[in-house]
Amino acid sequence: MANSMAKTISTPIDRSRPVISIRGLKKGFGNMQVLKGVDLDVYHGENLVVLGRSGSGKSVLIKIMAGLLKPDAGTVSVLGRDIARLNTKELQALRTRIGFSFQNSALYDGMDVRANLEFPLVRNKRHLSHSQIDAAIAKVLDDVGLSQTLYQMPSELSGGQRKRIGIARTLILQPEIMLYDEPTAGLDPVTSVEINDLINEVQERYHTSSVIITHDLTCAKATGDRLVMLSEGQFLRQGSFEEVFDTDDPKVKNFYNYNFIAGS
Amino acid sequence: MAYNFHPYYLNKHLNMNFGRFFLRVYAIWQFITRFFREVLLPPYEYKEIINQFFQVGIRSLSIITLTGFITGVVFTKQSRSSLAEFGAASWLPSLIAIALIRALAPLVTALIIAGKVGSNIGAELGSMKVTEQIDAMEVSSTNPFKFLVASRILATTAIVPVLAIYMGFVGLMGAYMNVHHNEQTSFTSFFQSAFMKITFLDVWVLLLKSAVYGFTIGVAGCFNGYNADQGTVGVGRAANTAVVVSMFLIFIEEMIIVQLVNYFKHG
Ligand SMILES: Nc1ncnc2c1ncn2[C@@H]1O[C@H](COP(=O)(O)OP(=O)(O)OP(=O)(O)O)[C@@H](O)[C@H]1O
Ligand SMILES: [Mg+2]
Repeated sequence: MANSMAKTISTPIDRSRPVISIRGLKKGFGNMQVLKGVDLDVYHGENLVVLGRSGSGKSVLIKIMAGLLKPDAGTVSVLGRDIARLNTKELQALRTRIGFSFQNSALYDGMDVRANLEFPLVRNKRHLSHSQIDAAIAKVLDDVGLSQTLYQMPSELSGGQRKRIGIARTLILQPEIMLYDEPTAGLDPVTSVEINDLINEVQERYHTSSVIITHDLTCAKATGDRLVMLSEGQFLRQGSFEEVFDTDDPKVKNFYNYNFIAGS
Repeated sequence: MAYNFHPYYLNKHLNMNFGRFFLRVYAIWQFITRFFREVLLPPYEYKEIINQFFQVGIRSLSIITLTGFITGVVFTKQSRSSLAEFGAASWLPSLIAIALIRALAPLVTALIIAGKVGSNIGAELGSMKVTEQIDAMEVSSTNPFKFLVASRILATTAIVPVLAIYMGFVGLMGAYMNVHHNEQTSFTSFFQSAFMKITFLDVWVLLLKSAVYGFTIGVAGCFNGYNADQGTVGVGRAANTAVVVSMFLIFIEEMIIVQLVNYFKHG
């Protein structure tokens, strides 16, 4: 079943233009080293999947890309800017070009869907008129297929709907880079497939470069143009889905077997 | 079991807790200096600040009214007999006014706000932290410290003095109703004798110390919420710690402020 879900959409990928470039990245908390020297390029137009077990530091990696955590060592350059050297203003300006879909969706539970979508817009584009704001909200809601939820509260939405609204909230600023932290975690298989399709549609329609963090191989296969595998603070393998899993390395084999045997 | 009492372990245990305690005090100190930096530097979150003023003020109005009124009535009832023993029942209004303005109104208001608003802030920010809403705000190019923390601390600092004055007034109304019922004192003569012993200094001190309590409530709620971790357990703990710590500190501050005021009054 999983094999029939390979990615069909293909957009031009420009390998000469990295949008994110990471060299020698290290990050630890207290005595625990989470990332131990990571090198990574994300190219213009591609969907890069980062695979790894729970606790392997995937969320830490993606949060460093968005400037939410500071690296201990190494350089992280996003859209040509070295993230560690930016001041607050520059970092804020850069962040409007990056969308972040959180593991728990992170919708503001005190606000309804409309206010959630409006938040990044009114705070970053203060010159917009009411009708422009309404139009932008209607468009992203339509793009994620949830126009009917405009005045619902986050607590009234299903997990899949919350994920979609979370993605819509980042799309409203038309980002150049999308960062997805576990887009399918906690969702049933059917909803997962819908989210995978949405990720590909976003790539196609918004011409984004994306980083998709996941431990779900179905998602990896369906959305990834290229995969890298994170294990014990370093990248084990990278390449297409077939290239990554065509190996005898027991760590990689275990990951594959558990996903497809235990998961289906 | 026995090893607990061995000096080596005792020493180790104490060291660890002292270390942690000072780290925490340092973190709180940093949090407070950051608050002043963020409050003073633009951009200012006017809308959210006004919103928090209303949240803190309006939502506490009914409980402050109720408790203030009851405090006034009960305190009057309980004081009457002892004053009457000395034939000083006519002192009742000014005694009550002094008790309310100097001690009861600010203290009771602060404790109620600590329980109601402080826990609310701790839980709200705590759940925003553990569900990554604070991170989401940050990637939306919004400074969550300014938006969430600074506005809430400003609101509690400004609103607790207003509520304390209000409670003093409501408490006096309660006292008046009781006195009027028992001694048939008129409204004007009650308030004339009530305010006879109240000075401007008393009112200033009331405002100042309620502001200190409000600041304490805001900082305790925001610090614990903003630094919550470990999922839903952390949220509950943040709310709980916010209340316990701020109530404890309010009593300590009350004691210090009373000492200071007496020192300045009498030299
Ligand atoms: N802010 C933090 N402070 C301390 N430790 C942290 C922090 N963030 C992450 N860690 C630790 O870093 C390690 C990697 O965490 P991370 O959240 O990146 O894992 P993950 O790969 O995303 O796992 P999952 O699939 O469960 O989301 C974990 O052991 C975690 O406890
Ligand atoms: Mg994670």
